[in-house]
Amino acid sequence: MENTLYTITVFSENTVGLLGQITIIFTRRNLNIETLSVSPSAIKGIHKFTITLLSTEEVVSKMVKQIDKRVDILKAYYNTDEDLVFQEIALYKVATDKLFEKGSVEELIRKYHVRVLEMNADYVVFQKAGHYEETQQMFEELKETVGVLQFIRSGRVAITRSKVERLSDMLESIQEKFEKNQ
Amino acid sequence: METKTKITGAHAFMQALVAEGVDTIFGYPGGAIMPVFDALYDYDKHLNHILTRHEQGATHAAQGYARVSGKVGVCLVTSGPAATNAITGVADAMLDSTPLVVITGQVGAALLGTDAFQEIDVVGITQPITKWAYQIRRSEDIAWAVARAFYIARSGRPGPVVLDFAKNAQIQEVDFDYKPCTFIRSYLPVPEVQPNQIEAAAALINQAKKPFALVGQGVILSNAENELKAFLEKADIPAAWTLLGASAMSSDFPLNKGFLGMHGNVGPNMKTNECDVLIAIGMRFDDRVTGDLKTYAKQAKIIHLDIDIAEIGKNVIPDAPVLGSAKDTLPALTAKLNPAKHTEWIASFAEYEKLELEKVIQREVYPESGEITMGEVIRRVSDATFDNAVIVTDVGQNQMLAARYSKYSQTRSLVTSGGLGTMGFGLPAAMGAKMGAPERTVCTFCGDGGFQMTIQELGTIMQEQIGVKMIILNNHYLGMVRQWQEMFFDERYSFTNMQNPDFVAIAKAYRIDGSEVHKREELDAAIADMLKDDKPYLLVVNVEKKGMVFPMVPAGACVTNILLGD
Repeated sequence: MENTLYTITVFSENTVGLLGQITIIFTRRNLNIETLSVSPSAIKGIHKFTITLLSTEEVVSKMVKQIDKRVDILKAYYNTDEDLVFQEIALYKVATDKLFEKGSVEELIRKYHVRVLEMNADYVVFQKAGHYEETQQMFEELKETVGVLQFIRSGRVAITRSKVERLSDMLESIQEKFEKNQ
Repeated sequence: METKTKITGAHAFMQALVAEGVDTIFGYPGGAIMPVFDALYDYDKHLNHILTRHEQGATHAAQGYARVSGKVGVCLVTSGPAATNAITGVADAMLDSTPLVVITGQVGAALLGTDAFQEIDVVGITQPITKWAYQIRRSEDIAWAVARAFYIARSGRPGPVVLDFAKNAQIQEVDFDYKPCTFIRSYLPVPEVQPNQIEAAAALINQAKKPFALVGQGVILSNAENELKAFLEKADIPAAWTLLGASAMSSDFPLNKGFLGMHGNVGPNMKTNECDVLIAIGMRFDDRVTGDLKTYAKQAKIIHLDIDIAEIGKNVIPDAPVLGSAKDTLPALTAKLNPAKHTEWIASFAEYEKLELEKVIQREVYPESGEITMGEVIRRVSDATFDNAVIVTDVGQNQMLAARYSKYSQTRSLVTSGGLGTMGFGLPAAMGAKMGAPERTVCTFCGDGGFQMTIQELGTIMQEQIGVKMIILNNHYLGMVRQWQEMFFDERYSFTNMQNPDFVAIAKAYRIDGSEVHKREELDAAIADMLKDDKPYLLVVNVEKKGMVFPMVPAGACVTNILLGD
């Protein structure tokens, strides 16, 4: 079966060892994480994981259930690229002299919507936000033309297109149900 | 119980256990848990601590205790090697959904991560095999962590919880204020019954001509035995049970058609691929039940009742999933069923029953000559205990035959390591079972191999005078492996033959009564001698060396591909 890139979103309590609990679910099934990004969410005390994975829907759906099942996980779901607005960010460090040998950087900046974060006599640091293919294309071009001293790309961050249930609403309804049953 | 006083973490821990209703602990002391054991010394009136001879024994004993009583089994061990010794029982409890709280000592928080003496990463090691694993580093967290641990272990689909208890937190003083945990916002243990799912499932059952129910441990764990009976009776649905679902229905219940899976009965396996609606209740379509999934019940509409959404569609994709506790979903479903009769369909099981009786059971349970068989020992023990005993098994041929040939008159009567298949489970689990159900007779069937894996627990049995009836079915082989070697490995008996000690002499050394049987004529008298009182007893029965367990669906084969060994 053809593999598709899935984005798994996980909301969790901010407890020690949570990342380990999630990654062992991948390890056990011999699945390789493509990208991973973890940060505090909009709600205080809740962390958000964005994980991308090349796999089949059958595998991803079962795995997301296993993640969701862990006690400290509030919610886990998965999407394909069509359901998402997503972005990655990349930083490129190139040698200043090489860059100037090439001549103008205007074309590069216009073509890739690049920001310059730092510039000195030794090196220049560019920043580009975009999809994987876009940041990769710029990397290839810089490598060919001036060489790249350092390159780093972030994990994916993503927002769903559909009107999904908001986590804060979900938490409220959980709390309400609990209080009703007391 | 709510108290507020300044006490040590170890004492706070004791009070928390008492507040959770704990009365029995299986454990083994050591360096990093000594403050807790010191506090335990003051709580001997509330907490009965059983000193096992190995930490694995403590975990299996706690499992046996939990399985018969429905309460949470509790283990208390030290750090490092004690924690790793306990791992097998924790993993076993995870696969068999057994509620356990295992407390491991840990080096002081200041030493964590320094490779200190007897330090290992217990939380890291146990995370994949627990419902929850947590390290208590401060005494302030004790009440919270213990309350949460018991709530998680016993609620929803039960399972093991590990609390790794750093030594400094055992010693530090704390204002102790205990409140039981009843809610965790990220954890919804019992999903609400969804009326539309009930409707869909009921519609399928009401149309069914040949419905068939598969009963798993979920029925027992949710105390839904009566609800199951009412459900099956209303729509006249024949049912079979998984290994862990054994005794959810009594053996004489007319709709009970027997045991499923690899060494199950012929009828239930054949009928799986003949029924028109298959109703799985609190079971997880384990590969030992389904065989080849590609050929499993393809003709049937499948209804799957389970409390764990991750089980729905994991192995078999249901046409009608029913999420929730069987205690809630079964009555909701029963209410929507039309009373029905499936007399002809139910009668059609009889031909397979007859076939199995002739080809398999006659030889195994009622042999007239030749060596003693395992099956006849098991049935005679069942008869002699009026089918009322708790049967605890080890793993292998003894296990499959004990499950097949014991009869069950009440629930929670078979304690066995189903998912993990842990050899050495039987003896310590039987101790725990006897502690958990002291009023019942507890018999454990072990092979000569498995018995020797945890044989040291005879010391625990001696010290505590735990009245377990131990039966070794001695064939001088690792019987199930030998059977596979005979059937699938060209009779190459690679390291399955065992030279055994004089087991009765070993029991005698532990001052435990015992006897050994070589001939069929001696068997009944020996069983009667074993059952004459409530004291521990070891009965060694020398059985046929090359006995086989049939019927058998070979691993990965279609459930209708049943070998009868004829």
